[in-house]
Amino acid sequence: MKKLILDILLGSLLVFSFTYIVLLIAGAPVLDAFKHIWLGAFASSIKISQVLSVWVPLTLCSCGLLFTFRANLWNIGIEGQVTMGAIGAMAVLRTPVIDNPTLILCLAFLTSMLCGGAWGLFAGLLKTRGGVHEIFGGLGLNFVSQGFILWLIFGPWKRPGIASMSGTELLNRKLWLASLPGWRVATAGIVIAIAILILTWLFLEKSRLGLKLKAIGQNPKAALLYAISPERYYLQSILIAGSCAGIAGFIQTTGVYHRLIPSISSGYGYLALLLVMLSGYKIVLIPILAFFFASLNVGAIQLPIVLQLDSALSGVIQGCCVLCALFILGIRQRRAQP
Amino acid sequence: MDVEFQHISKNFGSVKALTDVSLTARSGTIHGLIGENGAGKSTLMKILTGYQSKSSGSILLDGVEVQLNNPGQASEFGIGMLYQEPMDFPPLTVLENFSLGTPHQSRQELHFALKTLSIRFGFDLNPDRPVELLTVGERQQIELLRLIHCSIKVLVLDEPTTGISPAQKEALFPALKQLAADGMTILLVSHKLEEVANLCSEVTVLRHGKLTHHTTAPFHFPKLLTAMFGFVPKRSDRSDTRDTGPPILIFKDIEASGERQGLHRCNLTIAEGEVIGLAGLDGAGQSTFLRLAAGLISPDQGKVILFSDPLPYGAKASIRAQELHTAFIPADRLEESLFARISLRDHFSLREEHGMFWQSRTETRKRAEEAIATFSIKGTPEDLAEDLSGGNQQRLLLSLLNRNSRLILLENPTRGLDIQSGQWIWQHLRDELSPDTTIIFSSPELDEILHYCDRIIVFHDGLIVLDSAVPETSHDAIAAVMTGIRESAP
Repeated sequence: MKKLILDILLGSLLVFSFTYIVLLIAGAPVLDAFKHIWLGAFASSIKISQVLSVWVPLTLCSCGLLFTFRANLWNIGIEGQVTMGAIGAMAVLRTPVIDNPTLILCLAFLTSMLCGGAWGLFAGLLKTRGGVHEIFGGLGLNFVSQGFILWLIFGPWKRPGIASMSGTELLNRKLWLASLPGWRVATAGIVIAIAILILTWLFLEKSRLGLKLKAIGQNPKAALLYAISPERYYLQSILIAGSCAGIAGFIQTTGVYHRLIPSISSGYGYLALLLVMLSGYKIVLIPILAFFFASLNVGAIQLPIVLQLDSALSGVIQGCCVLCALFILGIRQRRAQP
Repeated sequence: MDVEFQHISKNFGSVKALTDVSLTARSGTIHGLIGENGAGKSTLMKILTGYQSKSSGSILLDGVEVQLNNPGQASEFGIGMLYQEPMDFPPLTVLENFSLGTPHQSRQELHFALKTLSIRFGFDLNPDRPVELLTVGERQQIELLRLIHCSIKVLVLDEPTTGISPAQKEALFPALKQLAADGMTILLVSHKLEEVANLCSEVTVLRHGKLTHHTTAPFHFPKLLTAMFGFVPKRSDRSDTRDTGPPILIFKDIEASGERQGLHRCNLTIAEGEVIGLAGLDGAGQSTFLRLAAGLISPDQGKVILFSDPLPYGAKASIRAQELHTAFIPADRLEESLFARISLRDHFSLREEHGMFWQSRTETRKRAEEAIATFSIKGTPEDLAEDLSGGNQQRLLLSLLNRNSRLILLENPTRGLDIQSGQWIWQHLRDELSPDTTIIFSSPELDEILHYCDRIIVFHDGLIVLDSAVPETSHDAIAAVMTGIRESAP
C-alpha cells in the first residue's frame, strides 16, 4: 500500500516535470498554463458540465473495450463504431413519420447500439471468417465509416443550400437530450454511462460470460477443450463493445452537438484505448481516469485561447501523462517479478 | 570446477522450498539430483544458474564464495544449463542458434566448430536448417554443443531425456560421460532412477526441500526410493484385460498433416472399453492421431467416425466430439488445457456445460473443494492453475473430466510426474472410471504402455507399423518396429 502511494506520487511528479519541460520548450508561461488548464476545467458549473460531457463517451467506450480486451482482442475499430452509432441515431432522428420525441429518441438509441454493434461484428467476422487481424480490420473500417459520414454530410444530409464541414442542420430542440438548468451536459447521458458501468462490472465479474472471455483471452487453445468456441465469444465481445461505442455516438449526436459533424467521435475511442490500458483493465479505475482525461481535454482548450499556444499542446500533455503512467506501471511489473 | 552448496535455504513467502541443503559436486563427475515433484531440485538449480536468489547459505566455486545474482553472472563463471524445454529461437537456423552467446567468430569458424563438435559427439545436425523443424532431442543437442563451445565448466541438465527419442538418448549419454571425463562438472536432475544409475557416480536425494540421502555408486535402489518417497511404491500387478463392446472410433483412409510426418493410410477400429497405448518415437504420428480423434485437427482425406457419427470438418469438430462425450488431455497442461491465471474454482465454473448466465460461486466452490479432497490436489479453490505443481495440474485435469466421458484421449498422461503421482493417475483412470470407458493414450515410456494397456499401436514416420494385443507381443519387438526395423526375418 505504501509503495502504491509512493508510485502515484512519483508518477504525478513525472507527469508534472515532463509537461513542465514541454511547456517550457513551447515557450509558455508554465505555471499560468497549469492554472488555466485547472480553471478551464473547474472554474464554473458550465466548465464542469463540459468535462462531464466528455466523461460520458470516454466511459462508454472504455466499458466496451473492457470486454474486447478481456478476450485479448484489440478493438481499434471503436472509433468507427462510435461514428456508425451516431449515423444510426441520426438516420432515425431524420425520419419525419413519428411525432413523439421520446419515442424517436428511444428508437434512435436502439438503432445506434445496433449500428455500432454491427460495425464491431463486421470487424469480428473479418477476423473469424476471413482471418483479418482485428487491428487491421478495425482500422480499415474506421476509414470506411469516416468516408461514409463525410459523404452523408456533404451529400444526402447536407444543409439546404450549403454543404459544410460544420455538419448537418441542427436537430429540432425537442430532440435534444435534456440537461439540468445551468448545466451543459445531458442528464440522460450521465445516467446511461453509470448504468453501463454497473452492467459492465456485473457482466465481467459476476457472469459466466465474463469468465469465459477471460479464459479465451488467456488461452484460446484450452478454451476449445472446455467446449467454449473462441470465435463465438470473440464475436460476442466485439458486438458488446460496438454497442457501447454506438451509445456514445448517440449521446454525441443528441446531447452534445445536436447534429452530425465529421469528427463526431472526437478521438474518444482512441483515447479510451489508452485509458483502459492505463487502468490495468480494472473497471474501478475507469470512471476516475476518464474524469482525469476529460478535465485535461476540456481544460487544455483554454491554452490556445488565453495564452495563444498551439492547440496541439493539449494532445502532447495527454500523451505525456499516458507515457509516464505506462512507465510507472512497467516499473511496478518488473518489481513484481521474482 | 568443484561446486559446493553450503546450507542453502529458499523461502517463497511462508513456503519453504529448500531447507539447509549442502552438497558438493566434484569436477569430472556426474552428480545426480533426484526427488519427487516439488522436492526442490529445480529451485536449487535455478539458484545455481542465477535465475532465483537464495534466502540464505552460500555457493562456492573451487572453494571461493561467489554471488550469482543473475543468469549473466552465472554464465560468466562458466555455469550453463540445459533445460527440459529447449530455450532456443525456433525461426533461426541451427548455426545461428549455435552462434548465440559464443565469442565473436566468423561464419566459417562457427561452421567448423559446429561440425567438429557434432562429429565428436556423433550428432547429425544440418547447420542451415531452421530449428523449428527439428525435434526436441535435436534442439537439445544444439544447445549442448553451444554450451560446450562457450567453454562452460559446470553443466546442469534438467530432465534431459523428457521428450527425446531412445536413439537420441543413446547419443546423449556417451556425450555426457565424455564431457565428465574431460573434467566438466555435471549436475543431472531427474526422476528416472535407471538413467541416474547409468550415468552418475554420486547421487543426492531431496525430499520436501531437505536433503534425505547422499550416496556414491553402486546404488541400492530400494534405499533411494525410500529416501525419495519415504516408502517404496509398489507396482501393482498388470491390470486385467477388459471386455470390449461395439466399435466407437473408426479411422477410415485417413491422410492428415501434423507433427513432422503427419499420419498416412490410417485405417483403424477401436471398440468400447479398450485401453490402448500409442507408442512411437517423438513426433511419429501419435499426437496427430489423438488430435484427429478429439476433433482438434481435421484430416486432409478420409473420415473419423466417432460413435457412428462422422466428425464434421473444421472448427466444429472439437465441440461435436465433446458432445459425444470424448475428452482430450494434452501433454502440455498449462499451454493447451489449463488457464494459467484463473483459479481452480473458476475452472469448474468453465467446465459446467449448461450453466446459468451468472456464476454461482458457492456451487463451484463446493465442487472445487470436493475435487480437491477426492483427487488429493495440493491447493485451495482460490489458487491459480499456474501455482500448482505438474502432478497437481494433472490431477486437476482429471477432476475436470466429465464423469460421463465415454472416450478419454490422453497425450503422455504422466509427463513430468514422479512415480507415485503417475501410479495414482493410472489407478484413477483404470479403476475409478466405468469399465466401458475407452482410454487411448500415448507415452514415450514403453513400460507404462505395456503395463497399463490391452492393445498397443506403434507409429513410425506417420504410419502404423504394429497393432497388436499386448500379451501377443514383446518389449523387444515393439522397440524394434518403433525404430523402423521391419518384421525381422525368421
